[in-house]
Amino acid sequence: MIYLMLFYQFLLIGLLAVGGGAATIPFLFDLSAKYDWFSIKELTDMIAVSESTPGPMGVNMAVYAGYKTAGVSGAVSAVFGLVLPSVVIIIAINKLFERLACEQFLHDVLKFVQPAVVALILSATLEIAKISLLNTQSWVILVFMLVLMRFYKAGPIFYISASGILGYTFGL
Amino acid sequence: MKVLFELFISFFRTGLFTFGGGYAMLPLLRQELVTEKKWLSEDELLNYFSIGGCTPGIIAINVATFCGYKLKKSIGAVVATTAVVLPSMIVIILIASSLNKMATNQSILHIFNGVKIGVAALLIKVVYDLGAQIYFANKRKLVPAVIFLCAVSGLILARLSAVKIIVGAFFTGGVLTLLKRRLK
Repeated sequence: MIYLMLFYQFLLIGLLAVGGGAATIPFLFDLSAKYDWFSIKELTDMIAVSESTPGPMGVNMAVYAGYKTAGVSGAVSAVFGLVLPSVVIIIAINKLFERLACEQFLHDVLKFVQPAVVALILSATLEIAKISLLNTQSWVILVFMLVLMRFYKAGPIFYISASGILGYTFGL
Repeated sequence: MKVLFELFISFFRTGLFTFGGGYAMLPLLRQELVTEKKWLSEDELLNYFSIGGCTPGIIAINVATFCGYKLKKSIGAVVATTAVVLPSMIVIILIASSLNKMATNQSILHIFNGVKIGVAALLIKVVYDLGAQIYFANKRKLVPAVIFLCAVSGLILARLSAVKIIVGAFFTGGVLTLLKRRLK
């Protein structure tokens, strides 16, 4: 039962991988070694595609790995496995908070965590800057986008589309 | 029912325009949930990233579940999470079959390289906005600044994982909050 196996393996990943989508990569390497579902070469392609296609990277990789292994139903089984622990745990945490009525305490603690999360976003920003700002044109586009954001208010989807068009025009 | 439908659309759109890891989702969620729909406050959204970053599972899904739960309890959590993964399912399945063609298609690569720069620009703005907001909202400006600097040096100099940083911040925050209460 390949679907059950996919579901189970991705359930483990959803339970054990903590953090951004990149946290699932080591687990996928393990899977590739343990089963003949996909090769290391295919896995590196998967990572590259997952990073540059729409959707959160971790979800993309689960869809891709599931699809490569067992088609559309494989993709559904893998994603269902990946998502299930998150949904159960987060709902449980919410119920626990409601019951404990420790909202004020948690609120105070989170005030101290917020600056650390801003640091994490900064580090994610640097990571993406490192792989995208490779030449003068890309720096020009970045500065242009920042100026555009300052003087022309629109939603993020507008800026993402605009930078895609610029990337195409400049032939990045 | 109407709220569930709007929730679905918001998260579908977010999933469709998220490129990269979980934090790349933040500018989109801010626009959808805080600025437009006013379902959450800036603080709440940031707190979901704090908790979602150190609980099991990938951040994007944890945050979607959190936001959905806040609006419509368990059913909202399931709707938001389904909506955020659906674009991935459709897009990846569509391209996985024709992947070799796509990975070598020069125009698509140009577009994606541009998009990454756009995501970087959006994240720079988020860091700036949130940083300024947290700094000016606090009466004691030194504490958040020190926590931020510790986190940055932990990440960049000591190469600590993001999870360790969040857990460390929770611990520090817990101790400081308890101390503050004791002193009162």
